[in-house]
Amino acid sequence: MQEARGRVFTFGNDVNTDVILPGKYLNVTDPAELASHCMESEDPQFTRNVKPGDIMVAKKNFGCGSSREHAPLSIKYAGVSCVIAATFARIFFRNAINIGLPILECEEAAEDIAAGDEVSVNFDTGRITNITTGKIYQAAPFPPFMQNLIACGGLVNYSREKIENM
Amino acid sequence: MGMTMTQKILAAHAGLETVSAGQLIEARLDIVMGNDITIALAVPEFEKSGAKKVFDKDKVVVVLDHFAPNKDIKAATNCKCCREFSRENELKHFYDVGDMGVEHALLPEKGIVAPGEAIIGGDSHTCTYGALGAFSTGVGSTDLAMGMALGENWFKVPAAIKFVLTGKPGRWVCGKDVMLHIIGKIGVDGALYKSMEFTGDGIRYLTMDDRFTMANMAIEAGGKNGIFPVDETAKAYLDRHCKKAYTVYEADEDAEYEQEIVIDMSRIRPTIAFPHLPSNTRTIDEVGDIPVDQVFIGSCTNGRMQDMETAARILEGRRIHKDVRLIVIPATQDIYMECMEKGYLATFIKAGAAVSTPTCGPCLGGHMGLLAAGERCLSTTNRNFVGRMGHTESEVYLCNPAVAAASAIAGKIADPDAVACGVKNGGTGCAAN
Repeated sequence: MQEARGRVFTFGNDVNTDVILPGKYLNVTDPAELASHCMESEDPQFTRNVKPGDIMVAKKNFGCGSSREHAPLSIKYAGVSCVIAATFARIFFRNAINIGLPILECEEAAEDIAAGDEVSVNFDTGRITNITTGKIYQAAPFPPFMQNLIACGGLVNYSREKIENM
Repeated sequence: MGMTMTQKILAAHAGLETVSAGQLIEARLDIVMGNDITIALAVPEFEKSGAKKVFDKDKVVVVLDHFAPNKDIKAATNCKCCREFSRENELKHFYDVGDMGVEHALLPEKGIVAPGEAIIGGDSHTCTYGALGAFSTGVGSTDLAMGMALGENWFKVPAAIKFVLTGKPGRWVCGKDVMLHIIGKIGVDGALYKSMEFTGDGIRYLTMDDRFTMANMAIEAGGKNGIFPVDETAKAYLDRHCKKAYTVYEADEDAEYEQEIVIDMSRIRPTIAFPHLPSNTRTIDEVGDIPVDQVFIGSCTNGRMQDMETAARILEGRRIHKDVRLIVIPATQDIYMECMEKGYLATFIKAGAAVSTPTCGPCLGGHMGLLAAGERCLSTTNRNFVGRMGHTESEVYLCNPAVAAASAIAGKIADPDAVACGVKNGGTGCAAN
């Protein structure tokens, strides 16, 4: 059973890729260096405060804007174990699944969970537990195709067999 | 139930009779495009996958435009990686400094994209090609890498919003204003996961450059794609630019739309998006007194010939405000050349503008005109998020090229009519009315 557990950092609506990872760093390809600038425009202390396993909770349209995969990579390599949002922008959604950054859509959890809460997430069931308050939320399940993509470890692994057979 | 234009294109590329909204499909791709930012990140994924060559060397397009000409050593290294990848794969469509342009202006101009095609690009503004009746959408670098390897990718068939465009846009109103008006109305996630299908008899008043601008900004409403019907205007453009055979798809009469929104373009005024969201719009009549430090005319949204013509018409014989820096970047080499031949470069330079070789540069805070804390830029680009063009305490306002040029002269956001009285109508687009 895949699980994540960590302390929550909260964000608002329309957190865009320019604040997740500003354009001036798009000349960087090293994930660790990208991670060092994660959320810099929104919360300059974020990378100092975030610990491995911590969870980001945002409201609607998280990751809107650019197609830059640098944005979800910076979140993943900053140690964030999961992003929960009311909704995700579509390119960010695809990118996160493709690179193996766990994400969950759950409006109620996004509205409810407060900064600093301790939260655990079960990726198999989509169950989100707020350990601090005791409240439980159910995220929208992924369709089987995407579950398979996630189980493969992302799009590259999913595609490998097809590429071999080309 | 019938299908939308987008659904028909996806069904054809998935080898299916019909598809419906929400269905997950795997579809064949006609064009896969990337740039120096996204290819550099895609190449390691491509190699990791075991792929040896791209699926078709004529269908993978690489354009070095974001941080090219190389802005620093890291950018130079990324461009070098793209160059080597393109050479190893013998790509037919590789555009380096000297013949590159801002990708979404370049691909239609070079005839690389055509109606009815399914296209992905490692850039969110890949939705631009919907102006020519293609299904075209932006993806990240891993999708891009696997698209280049396999020539296919997975998609969730989108539901659609139908925009019925009526009326003739007024003076100094162009595609940018129509789109900012729409985004202001529905919000930055108003079309989330959906296609924006443009229809209506008002479309005949929109030039191709207007349509490219509008399809380009579908992503700013969260859209998966924006798409226009292929009418006589589009066919005339294709006759000039595209040698490929193509298929024209039309939406079924009983196609299902989640929403239908009627836009009377005759009522739209030049529209400005205030910081820090493209949906934060006001008309030119509502802006008040907003001095600007920098004006940028260019980008994949408004760096095309019509935009240059509009700006030149207003700047001709005038001088910009002493406290304003004006940066003009024609989006492609052909546009740059045409600006030179028509005397627009001289007009811009005499007015006090800095004119540059094509690059995305300032739009995404890359190079060629970043902002310091407290500075304000009025820009013909597509995004005004916090820190988009530089310091997190800088501000970006979005507008059309006529407002940009007029404001550079006035030193504050200005109505072109107030600044450019006496400028003759005629030509195309913004000033056509």
